[in-house]
Amino acid sequence: MKTDVVVVGGGPAAHRLAARLVQYGHRGTVTVIGAEDNAPYNRALLGSVLDGTLSPGQLTLPALPSTVRLLTGTRVRTIDRARHTVRLDDGRELTYDVLVLATGARPRLPWVPGLVTARGQLADGVRTVRTATDCHPLPAGPVTVLGGGILGVESALRLRRAGHEVTLVHREHALMERYFDAGACAVLDDLLAERGVAVQLGRRATEFMPGKLVLDDGQVVAAGTLLLCTGVEPETAPARACELAVRDGVVVDDRLRTSDPHIHAIGDCAEHAGAVGATVTGAWEQADALARILTGTNRPFSPSPQVLRPRIADFDAVALTPASAKGIEEAEETISLMDRAGGRYAWLALRGGRIQRGVVIGPAVAAVGFLHERAAVLPEDRLALLTGSDGTYAEDGVLPDDAVVCHCNNVTHAALRQAWTGGAHDPAALARATRATTGCGSCTGVVRELCATLGSPPQAQGGAS
Amino acid sequence: MSADPGAVRAGEGTRESTTHCPYCALQCATVLSGGHGDVAVRPSPDFPVNQGGLCQKGWTAPAVLGAPDRLLTPLVRGPDGELAPADWDHALDLIANRLAWLDSRHGPDAVAVFGGGGLTNEKAYTLGKFARVALGTSQIDYNGRFCMSSAAAAACEAFGLDRGLPFPVTDLAEADAVLLAGANPAETMPPLMRHLAWADLVVIDPRRTRTAERAALHLQPAPGTDLALALGLLHLAVTEGLADKEYIDARTTGFDAAWQSCVAWWPERVEQVTGVPAHDQRAAVRLLGGARRAYVLTGRGAEQHSKGADTVAAFINLALALGLPGTPGSGFGTLTGQGNGQGGREMGQKTDQLPGYRSLTDPADRAHVASVWGVDPASLPEPGRSAYELLDALGTPTGPKALLVFGSNPVVSAPRAAHITARLNALDLLVVADFVPSETAALADVVLPVAQWAEEEGTMTNLEGRVLRRRRHLRPPPEVRTDLEVLHALAVRLGQPAHRFPTRPRDVFDELRRASAGSRADYSGISYERLDAGEALHWPCPAENAGDDGRGGHPGTPRPFLDRFAHPDGRARFVAVDHRPAAQTPDTAFPLYGTTGRVLAQYQSGAQTRRVPELTAAAPEMVVEIHPDTARRLHLDDGRLAEVTSAHGTVRARVRTTRTLRPDTVFLPFHYPGAARANLITGDALDPRSRMPEFKVSAVRITPTGEGP
Repeated sequence: MKTDVVVVGGGPAAHRLAARLVQYGHRGTVTVIGAEDNAPYNRALLGSVLDGTLSPGQLTLPALPSTVRLLTGTRVRTIDRARHTVRLDDGRELTYDVLVLATGARPRLPWVPGLVTARGQLADGVRTVRTATDCHPLPAGPVTVLGGGILGVESALRLRRAGHEVTLVHREHALMERYFDAGACAVLDDLLAERGVAVQLGRRATEFMPGKLVLDDGQVVAAGTLLLCTGVEPETAPARACELAVRDGVVVDDRLRTSDPHIHAIGDCAEHAGAVGATVTGAWEQADALARILTGTNRPFSPSPQVLRPRIADFDAVALTPASAKGIEEAEETISLMDRAGGRYAWLALRGGRIQRGVVIGPAVAAVGFLHERAAVLPEDRLALLTGSDGTYAEDGVLPDDAVVCHCNNVTHAALRQAWTGGAHDPAALARATRATTGCGSCTGVVRELCATLGSPPQAQGGAS
Repeated sequence: MSADPGAVRAGEGTRESTTHCPYCALQCATVLSGGHGDVAVRPSPDFPVNQGGLCQKGWTAPAVLGAPDRLLTPLVRGPDGELAPADWDHALDLIANRLAWLDSRHGPDAVAVFGGGGLTNEKAYTLGKFARVALGTSQIDYNGRFCMSSAAAAACEAFGLDRGLPFPVTDLAEADAVLLAGANPAETMPPLMRHLAWADLVVIDPRRTRTAERAALHLQPAPGTDLALALGLLHLAVTEGLADKEYIDARTTGFDAAWQSCVAWWPERVEQVTGVPAHDQRAAVRLLGGARRAYVLTGRGAEQHSKGADTVAAFINLALALGLPGTPGSGFGTLTGQGNGQGGREMGQKTDQLPGYRSLTDPADRAHVASVWGVDPASLPEPGRSAYELLDALGTPTGPKALLVFGSNPVVSAPRAAHITARLNALDLLVVADFVPSETAALADVVLPVAQWAEEEGTMTNLEGRVLRRRRHLRPPPEVRTDLEVLHALAVRLGQPAHRFPTRPRDVFDELRRASAGSRADYSGISYERLDAGEALHWPCPAENAGDDGRGGHPGTPRPFLDRFAHPDGRARFVAVDHRPAAQTPDTAFPLYGTTGRVLAQYQSGAQTRRVPELTAAAPEMVVEIHPDTARRLHLDDGRLAEVTSAHGTVRARVRTTRTLRPDTVFLPFHYPGAARANLITGDALDPRSRMPEFKVSAVRITPTGEGP
C-alpha cells in the first residue's frame, strides 16, 4: 500500500527514518520538515565543535535519497488529525497518511537570574549544546559548565583538553549520579582532578553576571562562558497542541504509535515504556524499528539493553541499564572490582549470568558493553573479563617436547633436539635437517637459543630449576 | 628446452629447474632437482619475495607430482554409473559431440565454463577465449570470484585499477606500521612475514591468529563488523587531526561524502557495534597516522562478505585520508590468495571481462580483442552469470546443461556446498580437468588428466603484479595432457581452426601480449626472453622501443600510482559507504557466529595438500574451534565430534577448544571434503557489487554428535 509519510523534525532520528524507509522499499512519499536551517546533522558530536575538533559543517549526515523531500528552516504550526494535514509556518499544507513526530528535545534552562535577557534570549556568554547554531568554538577564557551529568562531564573534560580553565558545577553531591555509583564516582573525581577541572558539588548557581557565576555558598567562579548542561526536555508542544497523550514525552506503544494510530513518535520526544530517550543511538534504534514497521515488518519495537558510554578521550567508562524499567529484577549475583589507583572500577549486578545493570571503568568497557547490549552470558572467568585480559598467562620454563617451535614447517621441540643429537649443531644445520626457521623466520631466535642451551654443559641446563 | 636458463643442467632427472611454488600468490621461488619419483625442492635464496623461505606446503609440494591416486588417463562414466578409463579421442569426441548437441538444442549458453585462480596466465587466457569463441557462451566465471572480487571491485572504483599490491612486497620491510585487515599471512603465506618483521602490525581479525599474536595491536571485531570498524578508523583519523589534507586536496576526490558516511561512526558507537575498545581504535589510528611509512592491507577476512566491496572501500578511504596510496614507502594493497590470483583475474575468465581487464561491455575493448582473436566483435557474447549464480543455475530450466571445470573444486570451495553439489549432479554433462581426483572430479561424466606445475611451462603473476616464469622440470606422465592441449583438441572438434588455439605456452603468451596491449594490465612489453633473462617485470609493461622479444623495452611498473592514479583525472576516489549487518546474524535458533578460514598446512579445497602425508599429519581432519566456556555450556568436549548447523546445512568437525577465540564465534577451516566441508554451512548472500559470497559470517548452532571419537 502506498502511504505518504510526513516527519516532523529534521534531526538524526528523522534522517535515519527517512533513509531507512527508502532502503526498506517504502512506497509513497517521504517528507522531512526540519526547523533548523541546516540539513540533518549528527547532534551527538556537537561537543567536538565546541572544542574546535570539527566544524559545524562537518557534522552533516549523508544526503538523503533524492526521493525524500527535505524542508529545512520551517516549523509545523498545526496538526489537523481529522483531515490528516499539517500546516507549516510558511502557510503550506501537507497531507499525510502517517505522521511521525521526531521533534527532539530542547535544553532545560535552570532558573538563575541573569541567564536570560529581558527579551527571553540567553545572555551573552551563556551557551547550550543542542543545535549547530548554538555550537561554535568557545572564545578563549575560563568556562564554567553548569550540570554534572554525562554531557556536563564530557564537555568539561573536552574544554579542559582544548586549553580552557574549567569549573564544573553540579547541584548533586556526585557527578553522573544517575548512572554512576559511589565507587565509579570516586574514580571519575580522580580523573577530573588529574586533568585539572575544578569541581563544585552540591552547589546551585544563584546569579550569572558577565564573566562570572555566583554559587549558593557565595563563591564566585570565573565564567567567561557559561555552558548549560542542565538536561533537556522533550519537545512535546506539537503533540500537546493536537491533544495526543503526553506524559514526560509523547507516549508511544510497542509499534511506536501515539494515542492516534496514524501518528508515531520517535527519538528524544517520545516516551516508550515509561522511558524518554536520551541518546542518539537510542533514537536511531527507534527510527530503524519504525521504518521496518511502516514497510511491513510487523515486529514490535523492543529496545536493546542500554549502554551509556560517555565520550571522554582516553578514559573508558560505561553505565549499563536494562532496556526498560520493567526489566529490573532482583540480582542473583554481584561482582565488583575497585582499583582506584589504576583507574579501574566495576560493579555488575547479574541474573542468569547476564548483566542486569552496572558500571564499568577501564579496559573491560568494550567487552562488557558488547555483552550487555546483546544480553549475552558472561564468560566464566569474570576477573579476566573485568581486567580486560583473556585469562591466559605466558608460559614459562622448559619447552615441552611436543611444543611446535616452527609453525610454518610444523617442527616440534623434540624434532629439533633429535636433529641436534644427529649432528645438526647450529641454526643453519638445524634448518637443513628440520626446515625450522625457513618459513616466516620468526622462530629463528628460539632455535638459536635452543642451540645455546643444548650446547652448554648439562649442569647449566638443570641450573635454576 | 636447452635455451631455457631455468634448466641449470640438461637432461631430465639430473638437471635443476628454477620455478615457483604451486600454491599461494606469493609464488616463492624454488629450485627443483631429481627426476620422476624423487623430485626435491629447495627455496631459491635470491628471489626477493621469499628470500630463501618456504613453508611446509612448499617444501612438500613434489609429493603431489607422485600422488598415488594421480589421474593418469581420461575417465568416462559408463552405463554402470562408474568412471572407467578411456582413451583421449573417445573422451574428447564424447565431450565435443555432447556440447555441440546441447548448443544446437539450447543455444550456446547451455554450456558453461568454470576456471581457477591457480591456472597459468596462458591457460586462463585460453580458457576465456575458448568459452567466448569456441563455445560462444556468456557463461564463464571462476573461483577467483570467491577470492579477489571484492578487493578488485573496490580497487577499480578507488584507483581505476586493480593491482593487488601496487608495490613490491619488499617495500613493506621499510614500513613503520602496517594495518592488516582480515589477513593472516603468518599462516596463509608465511614467508611474507619476513617483510613484516620490522613494522608495528595492527591486525584486525575476530580470531587471535598467528599473525595477530605478532601484532603490536590486535583489534578483534565481531564477525561481520569490519566495515563499521573501518568507518570508525576514518572518523578518528579526522577527529585526531591525522588526515593528510594536502594529499586529499591534491590527489583525491570525494572526501566530503566519505566523511559524511562516517560522521555517525564515532569510536564509542563503533565499540558498541564491533566490540573493539575505543582506546584501541584510537591507538590504531595514531600508530598508522603517526608512522612515517605505513601500509593498509586487506585479506579475505574483510572481503568475503556480502558487503566485502564496501568494506575494502572503507579501508581504502582510511588509507587515502592518511595519504598513503601512491606515496613512496606507503600504500594500500590487498593480499591476493591463489597462485595466479592476480593474473587469473586479468586474463578474461571473469564473466564480464576480456584479457587485460578489458570490458565485455565496451565496444572498443570488444573490437580490440576480437581483432586479435580473428573473430567478429559481434560474435562475442555479453557478460554472463557470476560464479555463485552460475553454479546455482546449473541444470535448471534456464541454466547451463553442461559445465567444464578447469583448476577448481567447487564441491568443496563454493558456498552452500550441498546445494551446489546437487546442482552439479543435475547437469547433463560435467567435465573436470584436473591432476588428482578432486571431489568435483568424482561427480564428473568425463575426467581429463592434465599436467601440473612442475610439468608445464607458463607464466604466473604474483601478488605484486610481477610476472614470473613457471618452468617444466618433468615430462607429464604419458597419457596426461596440458590444459592448452585439451582446449585445442576440443576447439578443433568444435570446428575452430587449429591455429586459433595454440598449445605452446610461449605462443599463447605472445598472443596475450597483443590482446592486452594498451590495456590497464598491459603485458605487451613482457616476453619469455626478458623473464628468462631475470628481469623483474611488473605490469603494466607496454611494448615500447623494444624488439620483438621485448628486450630493452619498458622497465615494467612496480609502483603504478606514484605519479597518478588510473582514473582519467589521475586522482583516487573516496567512495562513500555505510555499514550494514551480515545476511545472517545470530539469533535464538542459531546463536553463534560461524566463520570459515584457512590453516597453514592445507591449501584451498585441500585437493592437493590432503594428498601430502606430511601436511595431513600436521592438519589431519576437520576441526571446529570454540571458546572453552561456550564448549562447556553446550556440553562439548575437546577432541569429540560435533555438528555445526546453519540455516543451510550441517558440518561435522572435531571440537578444539581455543581460549583466545571470541566466546560468540566458532571457526571452521574449509579444506576438508564430504560431511566435513565447512561450506555446508555457508549461505548464498552475495555482495551486490562484487558478487562475492558471504563466506565469513554464518549464524550457527553447535551440538555434540553423541558418538565417540
